[in-house]
Amino acid sequence: MLKVDRIDCCYGNTQVLRGFSLELACGEILCLLGRNGAGKTTALKAIMGLVKPRAGAITVDGVDLTHLPAEAAPRHGIGYVPQGRRLFADLTVAENLEIGLMARHTPRAARERALDLFPALRERLDQASGTLSGGEQQMLAIARALCLEPKVILLDEPTEGLMPSMVARIREVVSTLRRQGTAVLLVEQRVEAVLEIADHVLFVENGRSRDRLAAAELRARPELLGRFVGVGD
Amino acid sequence: MDFGPYLLLATMEGAVGAAVLALTALGLSLVFGVMRVVNVAHGEFFMLGAVIAWWVAHLVGAHPALGFLAALVVAPIMVGLVAAVAERLVLRRLGYDPEATIVATIGLLYVIQQAALSTFGPDARPVEPPVDFRILLPWFGYSGYKLLVIAAAAALMLCVWWVLARTRVGLMMRATRFDRETARAFAIPVDRVYGGVFALGAMLAAVGAVLIVPIQQAHYLMGHDPLLLSFIVVIIGGLGSLRGTVLAALVIGMSDGVISVFFSPTLAKILATLLVAIVLVIRPTGLFGARAA
Ligand SMILES: Nc1ncnc2c1ncn2[C@@H]1O[C@H](COP(=O)(O)OP(=O)(O)O)[C@@H](O)[C@H]1O
Ligand SMILES: [Mg+2]
Repeated sequence: MLKVDRIDCCYGNTQVLRGFSLELACGEILCLLGRNGAGKTTALKAIMGLVKPRAGAITVDGVDLTHLPAEAAPRHGIGYVPQGRRLFADLTVAENLEIGLMARHTPRAARERALDLFPALRERLDQASGTLSGGEQQMLAIARALCLEPKVILLDEPTEGLMPSMVARIREVVSTLRRQGTAVLLVEQRVEAVLEIADHVLFVENGRSRDRLAAAELRARPELLGRFVGVGD
Repeated sequence: MDFGPYLLLATMEGAVGAAVLALTALGLSLVFGVMRVVNVAHGEFFMLGAVIAWWVAHLVGAHPALGFLAALVVAPIMVGLVAAVAERLVLRRLGYDPEATIVATIGLLYVIQQAALSTFGPDARPVEPPVDFRILLPWFGYSGYKLLVIAAAAALMLCVWWVLARTRVGLMMRATRFDRETARAFAIPVDRVYGGVFALGAMLAAVGAVLIVPIQQAHYLMGHDPLLLSFIVVIIGGLGSLRGTVLAALVIGMSDGVISVFFSPTLAKILATLLVAIVLVIRPTGLFGARAA
């Protein structure tokens, strides 16, 4: 359903992605693994239309997003949970969720479903989102993306800097989403956590997409991880 | 006149100035807050509002109230259009780069000013007040129109607050202001928000000018003081803080009025500028600004 076909992306004159490709099917969890600076975040931004590729194509359900304005990605059902959460910290929890609803004109029921996954947010609806704890902020960032009832959700290091209990909670939610048929593209540093929930793993190295392996295979043969420098240690 | 009534008169004059200044500075603050653009041409939008108001009132002729009301509608719309075109043709092409837009809006300042000079001419021209009644106080009579100006400015600021705090458009503006990239990722049409905010900022200045022009006369150089005072207000109020902008406008506008009446307008500007310097040294984020800009 989501297809990234050999894209090149640059910031100014530095090329960051080189012929980067991936494919994501309905209800699949694909995890991007790669060291810091490999280009994972840039790949997600390119999918969201925030960084425009110089070459290549990005399609969702056959719709070519490559040359459409950035509004096209959320309108076509791509939910984004950016690295570092990027909440609208001045705005209340309810207003952050409202922005998720507005993105695709989804009914209020979407918000209720998102809050059912994170009941703790319900008590804080009128609080400025910048005053939430780190874990709550991450929950809100995910809930905000879920408000647009995404077909695909992009999660960029959602467990970065969180307590273990929070990490487990977010992993559960990701599994729940998959069960409900949402495709998940996950960027994660914690290899062990990834292998438990992902279907496939795609290695990213120096702006290039490398081998795509089944998570089951990696679980059986952990030594394969060693092939990818900077991952798994 | 005794000191007491004289002070009251000065305060009332100050309040009229403060009301118009608050509107004008709110426009500058909104543009800076959402777009991070320092609009040096803001005072020219003010001047353009006044000049167009004269022109409309002159064309309508008939009754002063009719001409004024027409000006109150037409002038802000026309100024908003000019601003929207400038935003589209200049600022957007510069990618809203903070430094490039300062230079570009300085250019815009001279373009608008010279355009006004060559069409409107160098003379100051009055617009008749729409109403002509005086409030009779025990010590002096006071123009009823000036009180209307205060009420109208207050009502407009409430409207702006309501739009920002309570509507979807306002929510989009606040989200864009906080994080333009993430706003884009949630389908907020950032380009249109920018165009709208720039036009709205200019329109607020234009409305302020239409309100003042029955008191002050339209002139092609009249944009200087509102620009200086708006900058002072925005810096003291905290860059981008709307509440701070309004409070600072009240302080600066009132003291400008009072000091001008008792001493001289020049001293008022000197003191205000001095206050800016002090605020910048002691509290660079402004008196009411929570965050650094
Ligand atoms: N806004 C930017 N401007 C310039 N270079 C950037 C920008 N964002 C990221 N980069 C560079 O692009 C490369 C890839 O970054 P990123 O996609 O964030 O990697 P990852 O998410 O895999 O850690 C890095 O070398 C980084 O320094
Ligand atoms: Mg990253």
